[in-house]
Amino acid sequence: MTATVGVAVFPGTNCELDSIHAVESLGGTGKILWHSSKNLSEVDAVIIPGGFAHGDYLRPGAIARFSPLMSAITDFANNGGPVLGICNGFQVLTESGLLPGALQKNKGLKFLCKTVEVRVETENSTLTRNAAKGVKLSLPINHFEGNFTCDHDTLNSLLEQDRVVLRYCDNPNGSIDDIAGVCNESRNVVGIMPHPERACDSLLGSEDGKVLFDSLLGAN
Amino acid sequence: MVDSLHRALGLTDEEATKIGDILQRTPNPLELAMYSVMWSEHCSYKSSRLHLSRLPTSAPWVLVGPGENAGVIDVGDGIAVAIRIESHNHPSAIEPYQGAATGVGGILRDIFTMGARPIALMDSLRFGSLDDARSCWIAEGVVSGISGYGNAVGVPTVGGEIDFDSTFQGNPLVNVLCLGTLPKDRLVLGQASGIGNLAVLLGAATGRDGIGGVSVLASAGFSDQGDVEKRPSVQVGDPFEEKRLIEACLEIFDSNLVVGIQDLGGAGLTCATSETASRGGVGMDVDISAVPQRELGMEAHEIMISESQERMLAIIEPSNLDRLFEICTKWEVNANVIGRVTEGNKLRILDRFEGNVLAEIPASSLHDDAPIYDRPKKKPEPKKSDSDEIIKVTSDPLDDLLSLLSDPSWVYSQYDHQLFLNTVVGPGYEATVLKLRDPVNGFETNKGLAITTDGNHRWCAVNPRVGTKLIVAEGLMNLACVGAHPLALVNCLNFGNPENPEVMWQLSESIDGMAEACEEFGIPVVGGNVSLYNESSGTNISPTPVVGIVGKIEELYRKPPGFELLEGNHLVLLGPSDIGLGGSLWSALHGFDHEELIDVDFEIHKVLADLVRGLIFDGTIDGIHDLSAGGLGVALAEMVAKSKFGISVARTPDTLSLFGEGPSRVLVSINPENMNDLLSRAESVNIPTTRLGLVGGDRFIVKDLIDVPKETIDSAFVTHLPNALGVGTISS
Repeated sequence: MTATVGVAVFPGTNCELDSIHAVESLGGTGKILWHSSKNLSEVDAVIIPGGFAHGDYLRPGAIARFSPLMSAITDFANNGGPVLGICNGFQVLTESGLLPGALQKNKGLKFLCKTVEVRVETENSTLTRNAAKGVKLSLPINHFEGNFTCDHDTLNSLLEQDRVVLRYCDNPNGSIDDIAGVCNESRNVVGIMPHPERACDSLLGSEDGKVLFDSLLGAN
Repeated sequence: MVDSLHRALGLTDEEATKIGDILQRTPNPLELAMYSVMWSEHCSYKSSRLHLSRLPTSAPWVLVGPGENAGVIDVGDGIAVAIRIESHNHPSAIEPYQGAATGVGGILRDIFTMGARPIALMDSLRFGSLDDARSCWIAEGVVSGISGYGNAVGVPTVGGEIDFDSTFQGNPLVNVLCLGTLPKDRLVLGQASGIGNLAVLLGAATGRDGIGGVSVLASAGFSDQGDVEKRPSVQVGDPFEEKRLIEACLEIFDSNLVVGIQDLGGAGLTCATSETASRGGVGMDVDISAVPQRELGMEAHEIMISESQERMLAIIEPSNLDRLFEICTKWEVNANVIGRVTEGNKLRILDRFEGNVLAEIPASSLHDDAPIYDRPKKKPEPKKSDSDEIIKVTSDPLDDLLSLLSDPSWVYSQYDHQLFLNTVVGPGYEATVLKLRDPVNGFETNKGLAITTDGNHRWCAVNPRVGTKLIVAEGLMNLACVGAHPLALVNCLNFGNPENPEVMWQLSESIDGMAEACEEFGIPVVGGNVSLYNESSGTNISPTPVVGIVGKIEELYRKPPGFELLEGNHLVLLGPSDIGLGGSLWSALHGFDHEELIDVDFEIHKVLADLVRGLIFDGTIDGIHDLSAGGLGVALAEMVAKSKFGISVARTPDTLSLFGEGPSRVLVSINPENMNDLLSRAESVNIPTTRLGLVGGDRFIVKDLIDVPKETIDSAFVTHLPNALGVGTISS
């Protein structure tokens, strides 16, 4: 696999190098995408990594969505390009309208950094095509605003269209219907709260994130 | 007016006279304000400097010792490590969230000032007892502040410690350690040189926050009333500003643009301008009108002593200015030329470079001429032994054990402890283990860094000299338990009011104990911080030196064993059986504090540490726990709570054997197949071994003392902090 994955960087993003490290450890090539640039040429897939884009000021993702890079990523996604939002990147994707719902403060009103079990709920997404439905993955979470919420109709359509990508086995943050990740209707845009890039090295505790990056790298 | 002004600023009459002698005239109010912050206890170490000189500071691998912003050591492979620890006790007592947050911000700047990328934070926290509502409020606020700032600034908080004791009621201890890595040849120092070079202020605008923080807050204790007036002295942090400042500064270093750089911390611009000039042996003109200000009508002295956060002072050649502005624009960081390096040694504060001279001071006099006090010391009267009383205690060992258990995961689950993909062993264990990566390209070296923070006020209250030796010894053993050799130590000396001769005696004794242990173990002290006036309502805290020790793991191919208990494992205690209840957690539980401590035998300790490192390296054992506060009982219970199995042990017939504390003792769990290997290795170096029992089943059994379901232990361990401080997580 020689896919080139663009990794978005806003001021305040902090997981960009970790994401690139994971991509490159699986044979891909990582490329930084600066927030003020609209250039997505030679990029096969995009990751919007974790962190605190623009300090999370106003609301996580609320300022980043107006960046030139996000308008380019929106075009890329609308043309079928694979886009993965991790944690803060998921928040940016919901703020941008590329994914439905919103991420509110954790139910316990505390930041949570721990490893949790999630279940793959569909094989039909750019992130899970190499994973088996029902398989449990051990992945770290690291967020204050990870409590996924949406209105009743949205939840119904997510369920009807098989768009829940990952579910928590033991809901840590109060997310509706234990949802840890969703995809768009075209299934090429995925947002997840857990950090698979932190689970690609047995010395760090888990390699369960690899199957997700494998799917992304092979998505094009 | 001026003579009463100096007292209001915290200067003594003698200090004011000395300033007049240096200047050979009466200082104006601005000059007096600048001396008052620089000669404060916090900046000048005037009560402790004399004693600190007794600490060993050199080793072949030390690149920068105490006195700079951070200590720096050579860890091989062209990589250097910068490390520092600092207290933010007093601000955290007044405004826990911002006090702790700005403590994190300040220590980060100390590290990236050296040219290093900060890759790890650790926190050593001490609060009043959990049954005091205000102490709980402070604890929760401090943890939230560290979480809020550290997570957002993008530096993982990978470990630390937390303790609760009524001695810290009203005066919590918040000690923050930061470690960074840099290419050895990129080391940057905080000095100005080159006449005509420019001083550029980077980062946040200057406001009235933290005016006089060091002299007002950090150098005086708290009373029952009037603390509200001190509120404006607490700074407010902005982690997003700091994140951009870190990235901008690292890019500036990569581009080789600076001659020197200094962060703005305590004493703000006064400290940064005078320190850089004085270290470089030059003078500096500072134009205060060029300093961006957050509010209107700020006075010159407010600008010069403001402790507004997220600011750096870079010294650059004029030809590099455009390139520096370019990088700052990219990262949305403000940059303004506020000073010029001049000939001579004068720090001049001006209203525009060609305008009025508002202050003119020999730059070095703010540092080198600061008073050094040899304050009187007095050994306290020995207290009556408690041993007759201790014998009479008839409490149930199970109740004692359960009340001593506390899982710190309530704290560290609020911290990002995994960013940068280095954390092999995270918070909650003996020592944190990080992968050592090349700081330029991120390549793995297959080597590791281990870090630990240790403190124990109970030991030091009984005997500050022996207590401090035991702390250093514990740090060394914590590193050994993950297979690491120690390389350097940083310390935070938290003590009471130095004008009290008994406190000065504690400080002096503690430094002697630290010096002796560091000499014996060959660990250089590369930096430190002294926090005095830790008192509340006239009561001094127990002496609380905290040490951070960094070590290296030469080959890191597998995770060190941790607290793992596997079914069928045997439990073996390594080390001497010399233990006592003096200064123990159990004694504190029952209100005793007068017994003596068991002193450390350095030779046995070193031999045991070598043995332990060998066991880790060879993979001989499955689990390991250094015995410390709470003794064998707490260590056994913590291992059970972190594992899937129960235990059954014997040879611990009484309270002393279960809860007694003594140095150089390590508990291991081992596959019986490896038992002979372990025993023969221990015997060959004369380390005593005690076979305690077995792992298995679902009960926690200490023969004749305790027999309960494992679940009882687990539950006490897990619920202790959430019950006291708020749940924070939900059960599904």
